[in-house]
Amino acid sequence: MGAVKPRVLVVDDDSALAEMLGIVLRTDGFDPAFVSDGSRALHAFRETKPDVVLLDLMLPGLSGIDVCRAIRAESGTPIIMLTAKSDTVDVVLGLESGADDYVVKPFKPKELVARMRARLRQHEDVVSETLTIGPPDAPVNIDVPAHQVMRDGAQIALTPLEFDLLVALARKPRQVFTREVLLEQVWGYRHAADTRLVNVHVQRLRSKVERDPERPEVVLTVRGVGYKAGPP
Amino acid sequence: MTVVRPRPESDTDRDAPGASLADSGTPGLRERGAAALHATGQRLTGVGGWLISRWRRSLQLRVAATTLLVCGIVVLIVGIFIVDQVSNGILRAKRDAAVRQATVGLAYARSVFAPTDVQDVSSMVEARQKLLTTQTAGGRGAGLFSIVVKSPESPGSNDMTVIPTSLRSVVQRDNLAVQYGSVNIGPEAVPVHGLIVGAPVQASNGLVELYYLFPLTAEAQTIALLQRTVLLGGLGLVLLVVAIALLVTRQVVRPVRVAAQTAGRLAAGDLSQRISVRGSDDIARLGRSFNDMAGSLQRQIRRLEDLSRLQRRFTSDVSHELRTPLTTIRMASELLHGARDDFGPELARSAELLRAELDRFEALLTDLLEISRYDAGVASLESETADLRGLVTSTVEASAMLAERHGSEIVVQAPNGPVSVEMDSRRVERILRNLVGNALDHGEGRPVVVTIGYDDDAVAVTVRDYGVGLRPGEAGLVFNRFWRGDPSRSRMTGGTGLGLAISLEDARLHDGWLQAWGERGYGAQFRLTLPRRSGHTLLSSPLALRPDDRDEQ
Repeated sequence: MGAVKPRVLVVDDDSALAEMLGIVLRTDGFDPAFVSDGSRALHAFRETKPDVVLLDLMLPGLSGIDVCRAIRAESGTPIIMLTAKSDTVDVVLGLESGADDYVVKPFKPKELVARMRARLRQHEDVVSETLTIGPPDAPVNIDVPAHQVMRDGAQIALTPLEFDLLVALARKPRQVFTREVLLEQVWGYRHAADTRLVNVHVQRLRSKVERDPERPEVVLTVRGVGYKAGPP
Repeated sequence: MTVVRPRPESDTDRDAPGASLADSGTPGLRERGAAALHATGQRLTGVGGWLISRWRRSLQLRVAATTLLVCGIVVLIVGIFIVDQVSNGILRAKRDAAVRQATVGLAYARSVFAPTDVQDVSSMVEARQKLLTTQTAGGRGAGLFSIVVKSPESPGSNDMTVIPTSLRSVVQRDNLAVQYGSVNIGPEAVPVHGLIVGAPVQASNGLVELYYLFPLTAEAQTIALLQRTVLLGGLGLVLLVVAIALLVTRQVVRPVRVAAQTAGRLAAGDLSQRISVRGSDDIARLGRSFNDMAGSLQRQIRRLEDLSRLQRRFTSDVSHELRTPLTTIRMASELLHGARDDFGPELARSAELLRAELDRFEALLTDLLEISRYDAGVASLESETADLRGLVTSTVEASAMLAERHGSEIVVQAPNGPVSVEMDSRRVERILRNLVGNALDHGEGRPVVVTIGYDDDAVAVTVRDYGVGLRPGEAGLVFNRFWRGDPSRSRMTGGTGLGLAISLEDARLHDGWLQAWGERGYGAQFRLTLPRRSGHTLLSSPLALRPDDRDEQ
């Protein structure tokens, strides 16, 4: 992690939970900042420039979904939702609005910290590595250490998570990845978790890297199995 | 030991699939048979069948047909009687008039024929002509058309008209006689129905038979007209009565039909259905009572619905609201638990208990929320084609720790290849986890056998334990919420008591079956059967619910 403690912005209106989160996060070597009102969340985000955001979905002021969209509009900073609802609609809505991952209340502190660390994992790939996938007439070039994705000479802005997902697929272009494998490699889940995470993020990734997201050429679906990178 | 009887919704009996097969197969067969019959005998039976079915279904048709029949018979009898009476009257009057006319002219006829020689044809013709002119000159009377003169002494008579011999023989015996017969009239001598009055007249040298011919043309026309009139009138009357019957039954039947339709829609769940009521007659009273009943039903059902909705909302809200403080408590307990080495033994144990019980509390909360979601009817299936074998393997692997704690071994009997099923993996995994956990919990350290079976339409997983088993009647109860087999037994997993109830709902959501078998002392077996394609109706399961080793009983 380095000497500098990772900064965490906790957006939660429950003061007891926020305080407890503060204790747990400080114990685990994070530097937490707090905001309890959704409408002030974006301002606090700009001020603290956190490395990761913990976002409650039910907030006074601006809803968690809207805060998530606002942050995502200007930054790729990892966002982890704290949600009391495990209903499909809410989870998918949160993920679609840009959250990278979610934990369902009541979570164990270890679980939360593991999720945060997975998102904060630094890629120490100093070795120059470039990958090319997609159709020959419009290939997608990935410069791994520089965290850059180019197509037709234009740079595509991906969040770190989307970048990780694309790199995971592109490193083994012929291999089909099941959702479970992707969950382990990209999200860091040991046990099978919610495969909706993969589905939603593949959709988001496609909307950025594909020419036509309805007819994907870069990230292909293998029916009944999972996903694979399009041939270079 | 007897086979454990199922409760209806969780058919435990292994014959249940067969029974449901027979049930759903019979209407199909019947339908197909009916279709074949319909195709071959369509022309023959089509109209008849339609009529029969209409006859059975329509009260109006039955009333109209009965009215038509009865009224038709009555009108026919009355019509025949009227026509008969009137015709007889007409003919009698004609006959009387004819006889009178003939009698009146008889004196004159005697004077005319008295000097005539029977043998002299010309004088006979002359006398006849004279008589005819005088008799028909009146213009009135019985419509005498012609007179025929015959004499027994002159067989070669002047007239072509054939007089019936029976009449002639009477007249020749010097009697006045009347008879119906055909008479020739007009230049074409067309024979028409007529009346012949015969009278004997004495000529100078013998008997002369005078026959007065009265054609009945006018009377026949009158009678025909009468017949037509009566027929048409009768027909009209019958139709009128049938129409009235139709109208009257319609007035009664229509509200009844409307009531039946409305009741049908009410029964189908549209509680806002009402009958429009006009007036204050019996039918209107029926309608009003019906509407009152529907209104009362609607109010009752609304109240019940509101109540249960409120209750479900409440359960769901409570579960959600509990989660945030529970998260705080959980984190605090984890922190305490992590630092328990620094505490004294009592505080350290308290921290451990706190954490363990929080786990249980959380599991219960999760299950409550899940059940409330089912009760609210908002649970939805996210089906995807996946490998059941893989799911079973991962579930068994995840249960390894629990198995170790119970000292049980989990044996998996699976086919070699993958078994693809369209299913919601999350829910099926939960079912399997619950079944395996349950088997370990009651398996008393003996092995737990998980078997996968499949055929073209369905897949099945059985989880068998060799523990205490179930008492008769318990196989149906195990899926009840918070049901405990033996309250005195301690439970190591500390299940919430909702696991099997949720599993049953999960299976039902897949249109699948979750059934239990158990015998005291021989363990228990749970069987999950799922259709391979979603929406497919299960008819049988690839695996038997009753395990093979208990089959010989």
